[in-house]
Amino acid sequence: MNTVILPRQATVDSATHPQRPDGRARRSRSALPGFGLTLGFSLTYLSLLVLIPLAALFLHAAGLGAAGIVRELNQARVLHALGLSFGGALAATAINTVLGSLVAWTFVRYDFAGKRLLHALIDLPFALPTAVAGIALTTLYAETGWLGAPLAQLGIKVAYTPIGIVLAMVFIGLPFVVRTLEPVLEDAEKQLEEVAATLGASRLQTVAHIILPTVLPALMTGAALAFARAVGEYGSVIFIAGNLQNVSEIAPLLIMIRLDEFNYAGATALAAAMLVMSFAILLVINLLQAWSRRHG
Amino acid sequence: MTTAMRRQRNALVEPALVRWLLIGATLLLLGVFLLLPLIVVFTQALKAGIGGYLAALGDSDTLASIRLTLLTAAIAVPLNTLFGVAAAWAIAKFEFRGKSLLTTLIDLPFSVSPVIAGLVFVLLFGQRGWFGDWLSAHDIRIIFAVPGIVLATLFVTFPFVARELIPLMQAQGTEEEQAALTLGASGWRMFWHVTVPNIRWGLLYGVLLCNARAMGEFGAVSVLSGHIRGLTNTMPLQVEILYNDPGQYSAAFAVASLLALLGFVTLALKNFLEWRHGDELAAVRGS
Repeated sequence: MNTVILPRQATVDSATHPQRPDGRARRSRSALPGFGLTLGFSLTYLSLLVLIPLAALFLHAAGLGAAGIVRELNQARVLHALGLSFGGALAATAINTVLGSLVAWTFVRYDFAGKRLLHALIDLPFALPTAVAGIALTTLYAETGWLGAPLAQLGIKVAYTPIGIVLAMVFIGLPFVVRTLEPVLEDAEKQLEEVAATLGASRLQTVAHIILPTVLPALMTGAALAFARAVGEYGSVIFIAGNLQNVSEIAPLLIMIRLDEFNYAGATALAAAMLVMSFAILLVINLLQAWSRRHG
Repeated sequence: MTTAMRRQRNALVEPALVRWLLIGATLLLLGVFLLLPLIVVFTQALKAGIGGYLAALGDSDTLASIRLTLLTAAIAVPLNTLFGVAAAWAIAKFEFRGKSLLTTLIDLPFSVSPVIAGLVFVLLFGQRGWFGDWLSAHDIRIIFAVPGIVLATLFVTFPFVARELIPLMQAQGTEEEQAALTLGASGWRMFWHVTVPNIRWGLLYGVLLCNARAMGEFGAVSVLSGHIRGLTNTMPLQVEILYNDPGQYSAAFAVASLLALLGFVTLALKNFLEWRHGDELAAVRGS
């Protein structure tokens, strides 16, 4: 049989590929079978499960009209909840960027006892169900908790305050930054650092001007992932937050409350606002990343 | 060593003090911040003694919630695995327009809050949703019932297997499959005997993460469940109910300890796979 092993982008030559019984050449983009089946199934499944439901949300929101959306969003309680969720997520992401970098650096560059075991621990917030994390953090940081009690002595209240919310967001976002940064740090070429050293740079200069720009895109990816997770997080945050209107009420909780009130309009408007804001911030981060790749 | 050499060497490593500070800070951070919550779960769970612990787990509502969690995972994980394999096959082995759009769309559920994930299904199937009237007419309950819980879980665990397999299969290319075809293998034979052995560790890894999320999902399920004890509560919801109930504090942690064990096993297997078969997992981690 005169078959040729073709590179990925194959053009079909009916002389080398068998014809279908009806005489038409089999249409495919490469020599492998199953394209139509897998793509068809994937698109159908994606549409039914993800795209159509999300479209329903935006159509519902659009149906409220601009005036309706503004009416639902322009309430003190709603604005506060949005501010708390996004502001808290931004603060948590900033903290995680710093902490995550330090942790990733320590694991990649240093050796110490128990390293393997501790490294496995980093993913704990990722693997632990959110409700479990939520009640554990609350118990730990409540005024009677192991960590909450000493902190209370210092006058710092964590549980049931916005501080607790940011803490929970830091908890669940940490693995994203560390895990995204580690492979890049591992691959970072030591040669560049050696060149900088021979040229007389100090360690600090080398870190700031050679290593940091190299890992910046990965750092931003990790930060973006941590941010997206923190903004929408419910289970880990809901127990440690005080859930008091205008004080410690996160946006996802307010959506729930609106649903309980059968106020579909309010829930929809708030959800659509959250999604639009999240996508906008993620887009900005992506653009910054592309810029830093070009100029890094 | 000359001064210049010593200076160059010092520029390649941090001062010992900085090193030890960082190691100490990392140990402190991981130990206190990450490990303590896990410890708290187990100490609180055992506050009522072993007897109390077992009694809490044997409670009929709790057992029902365990069954529902297992059922939900048993439906959601295979379906999303099937999707993951199909999507990865289409994306990795073929060229077509809109490929990167498709990959981005697959990641959508990650950017959506779990509560919003639940909300969208209420908008579709709720009483005042698009299909609400049709469903009432046919006496089919989706939201506030098990089907709704399964749908919510399907949505939030949608990308896990696909994300794992797509970069892996892209990195593996198409040469081996094409070789199998020229040797006369049929499509299915090629798939089972060439592709699957190549992706099995990545597949297992993706399934592991998908399962952990499916069993642990809270927000999305909370919106769609009726919170009816013994009927429409998964384990995470049961934890919440018990936690908010003044007399059931340690029972809540007892159920939570099972979930924590799940998280722990997931973590252990995940690390084992990364350690033993790291080179056969996705080429790009965490992106």
